[in-house]
Amino acid sequence: MIWQNWLLVMILLSSLVPGLIIFSLAESRHGLRTTLNLFGAITKMVLVMIMIVGIHQGKSFAVHLVLLPGLELVLRADLLSALFVALSSILWLFTTIYAIAYLEDSPNRSHFFGYFSLCVTVTIGIALAGNLLTFLFFFEMLTLSTYPLVVHRGTTEALAAGRVYLIYTLAGGFCLFLGVVWLHVLVGPVDFSREGVLSPLVESHGQTLRIIFFLLIAGVGVKAALFPLHGWLPRAMVAPAPVSALLHAVAVVKAGAFGIIRVVLDVYGLQTAKGLGLLMPLMLLASVTIVYGAIYALKQDNLKHRLAFSTVSQVSYIALGISIGHPLAIMGGMAHLVHQGLMKITLFFCAGNIAEILGVHHISRMNGVGRRLPLTMAAFTLAAMGMIGLPPMAGFVSKWYLGLGAIAQGQGWLIGVLVLSSLLNAAYFLPILYGAWFKEPEGEWPADSGTVGPVESHWMLIVPPVVTALIVLLVGLLANSGLSPLAWVRLIINARYGL
Amino acid sequence: MMGLQLQSDCWLIWPVILPLSAALVAFLAKGQPRLSGLTGALLTALASGTLFLKVVNHGGGSYDLGGWQPPLGISLRGDGPAVLMVLMTAVTGLAISVYAGGYFQSRIAMGGKGRRHIVQERFFWPLWLLLWGALNGLFLSADIFNMYVTLELVALSSVGLTALSGKPASQVAAMRYLLASLLGSLSFLLGVAFLYKTHGSLDLATIQAALALSPPVALAMALISVGLMLKCALFPFHFWLAPAHANALAPVSAILSGLVIKGGWYLFFRFWQGFLPLVGDGVVVVLAGLGGAAIIWGAFQAFCQQRLKMLVAYSTVAQIGYLFIIFPLLAIGAGQGAAAVFYFAISHSCAKAALFLAAGSIFLQMGHDRINNLDGVRQILPITTFAFALAGLSLMGLPPTGGFIAKYMYLSLAVSQDSWWLVLVMVVGSCLTAIYICRAVSHVLSPRMVAGRSQVVVGASMEWSALALALVAILLGFIAPLPLGLFEVVG
Amino acid sequence: MSVPPALVYGLTGLFLFVAGLAGLISCAQLLRKILAANIMASGVFLFLVTIGHGRGGVIDPVPHAMVLTGIVVSVSSTAVVLALACRVQETANIHDLLKRRAGGDRE
Repeated sequence: MIWQNWLLVMILLSSLVPGLIIFSLAESRHGLRTTLNLFGAITKMVLVMIMIVGIHQGKSFAVHLVLLPGLELVLRADLLSALFVALSSILWLFTTIYAIAYLEDSPNRSHFFGYFSLCVTVTIGIALAGNLLTFLFFFEMLTLSTYPLVVHRGTTEALAAGRVYLIYTLAGGFCLFLGVVWLHVLVGPVDFSREGVLSPLVESHGQTLRIIFFLLIAGVGVKAALFPLHGWLPRAMVAPAPVSALLHAVAVVKAGAFGIIRVVLDVYGLQTAKGLGLLMPLMLLASVTIVYGAIYALKQDNLKHRLAFSTVSQVSYIALGISIGHPLAIMGGMAHLVHQGLMKITLFFCAGNIAEILGVHHISRMNGVGRRLPLTMAAFTLAAMGMIGLPPMAGFVSKWYLGLGAIAQGQGWLIGVLVLSSLLNAAYFLPILYGAWFKEPEGEWPADSGTVGPVESHWMLIVPPVVTALIVLLVGLLANSGLSPLAWVRLIINARYGL
Repeated sequence: MMGLQLQSDCWLIWPVILPLSAALVAFLAKGQPRLSGLTGALLTALASGTLFLKVVNHGGGSYDLGGWQPPLGISLRGDGPAVLMVLMTAVTGLAISVYAGGYFQSRIAMGGKGRRHIVQERFFWPLWLLLWGALNGLFLSADIFNMYVTLELVALSSVGLTALSGKPASQVAAMRYLLASLLGSLSFLLGVAFLYKTHGSLDLATIQAALALSPPVALAMALISVGLMLKCALFPFHFWLAPAHANALAPVSAILSGLVIKGGWYLFFRFWQGFLPLVGDGVVVVLAGLGGAAIIWGAFQAFCQQRLKMLVAYSTVAQIGYLFIIFPLLAIGAGQGAAAVFYFAISHSCAKAALFLAAGSIFLQMGHDRINNLDGVRQILPITTFAFALAGLSLMGLPPTGGFIAKYMYLSLAVSQDSWWLVLVMVVGSCLTAIYICRAVSHVLSPRMVAGRSQVVVGASMEWSALALALVAILLGFIAPLPLGLFEVVG
Repeated sequence: MSVPPALVYGLTGLFLFVAGLAGLISCAQLLRKILAANIMASGVFLFLVTIGHGRGGVIDPVPHAMVLTGIVVSVSSTAVVLALACRVQETANIHDLLKRRAGGDRE
């Protein structure tokens, strides 16, 4: 049916069109801009829901556009892309609400929200990409649409951070580009739906395939902040809080992690990747990144920097799950794609609130914040406990499956990595929680903006973190129900590996 | 029987005749140069579009001027590549013309030094239309002596345009350009003489069909190649380009970098299609080596520039390199190499012209183009700066642009032929391009506010024409099968 | 042994071309450069005329047509060069004058 094919295009347009209109709006058109933003976000949610229901009923969605003979842009919704699309579109709604309140009265809002919408459009494009070329296409565009957001503040520091961001991501982009072209020359168009297209070449072109794998992983690894390609991430923290939230939970880092999943599972295929011996190095790299990020997070006093290094560490769980190669571990990794997104966006919302409402940026100044901002800190606490992996929170579920998969694969030592990282997570989150709830505030807050209405501040600042925190809780509690992300991931694994 | 009856392919001549006559009208119509110029531009673009549609629907064709058949007569040949170039010139040229109208209007409205801008405009339109006609003639020409004549016409009119700004720097640059160009033309002409001596024909297709390597032919190849390299400023003959392109008036810079360069390169490519089978790999590698050197050196120079227009001009030096590194890759595939390089040329024309137009608007608005002091121009010229950024994307070869498609074709050809040094050159070149474009864009799009002229002097037609060209560069990322399908059409 | 006149003319033409080239590159003065370019052009034309003579005693009209056109082109380009040279000279003089008046070699 025709509408099925247009649905994917409409999902993209639902954020692109409002974005383009917003670009042309005058700064003062606050109401119209907000309406457009929310309209786009809600439309996208509805369309995505229609799509997911459709996929569940076994309908297929695909759109093709021929760029060159033999070179096609393909948008296709499979189970895995539905997972990422759902995550991005839900979190985009919350981030939009939050950003509208957060950026109240700051300059250049039309510009900001224009790129914001563009960024989400491109992320959805990455999620829906049906072949490697389409993935590359949107992946490169992501760099360009996020850069203006990173430098939005326009300070010298922001511009320097933007420069570092561009250098890392563009260099990664060229690696990816070269890898894609090379693979294309070798085997023709690489469609995600035809797994195992590379397996006949393992014997004859093993070395070439390894180099290409390295190029592809280097390309997506920059965005996924794999050690040692993570240097841009902490610096990019100069961006406004909603941008950090978007970067870490929805768009850039997630797109990188999603790319790792695609490259390993859909381009190479698990068997081919194993046969070429590619998973072990990736596993080691992921493990190192997990521990390294956690240790560095411990050293930071700036709250956003600590969260940034925490992202470096946590996102590598996804890469770890994939590289273990056991269906259970892959399940844990994919589930973490969603879980980490939910938890991290909550944390960034809260960090943004603490900075915006109280002017507090450093952990050492956070004593007693819980009394001034109880709702925010409650959300923060839930998300942090999820990050640590305390049952029954979301993080626990992913770690549980990672561990199961590691043991089933005979890589028991990874349990050590998981435990170590959980301990480190606890070490860098618990003092914050303790200080915020149980210590006395040290005098006045640096810049208290006062209470607005019945809650701590503007409701649009408070509702998003509270809701996402509740989702974190529910996702963990109801992990076994049919509606949880885990259930969807189980569907993916079942379809692929017949668990 | 030849004679008075009209040949069926007479639509080939309109893209040449119309701009030439319009140039005359614009020169004579003293009071209304802008009106006559714009009308002429519009008619020329329409004629080119008609030619394009004719070729798409009915295939290519040829036309003997005045009914005189070769060898005495001169014939025009409309095959796929030629018509593509004519169309490219029409699209870019039309946008530049619209921009120029707004540009002179703004300059004259700003007042300043007497009647200078009025005089400039009075000469701009005839020269530009003359150039346009000559370029179309060059693309459509099947006769190598006629190529010389059109080449010379292109050179003389573009030198005139370069000198138009009246600044001492631009006049010295125009002088250098003219001398280099004269040298190139004479070298080309001597090469033509040798080819005529050995083959007794001036028809390029006839000559290429009978071409065999002998000392006079080798000499002719060398003379023609060097002459054309001078014309299109291939490294190390790029010395004249940057000052001439950067110091000209804004629309003129766009014309020179976007279109004129392509004229010389187009002839080079056409000649070398015949030469390639004759020469060894060594010669081809030398050509590609020069191209590679141009890419790296031009990009490095672009990065070092302090002025926006100089940056864009050196970027042209670098991008010309891409037009030459294709030669080792032409051997394989069914014309994939040729398709790739033409697509690159077309995308580059649109993107580079858009960049120069945007840079010209920025210069006009700010009163200078020092990159480090351009922060915040976004607030004043949002459309222009957006166009600048979009065109930059195409230059960097990032999706979704024509530049991306071209780079993709290049890379896949190089990889499939195991030309790893070319892959390396392209990757390094792309990184350097990204660095210098980002350097400029990060200032131009910077959210910081910097004091400048508070009143907007740049007209809407200037802003939108630059954006339109940039959007064409983006559009080229999606419609590649259309122009490349035309590529197979023979004359 | 008699040398064929065509060879003499042809070689003279080539010599003029090379001499003009050398002058164009090495002369510093603008006017000399312009003259050198003209000598180059003359060399090419001489060569072309020789070609027209060379075909089995029958005179080939095509090179003559080319030379005629070439001369027209050459004359017009010389005119453009000269006009431009005058402008360059004028502005250079004014520039010098301004510099001197400013009392130093500031730009």
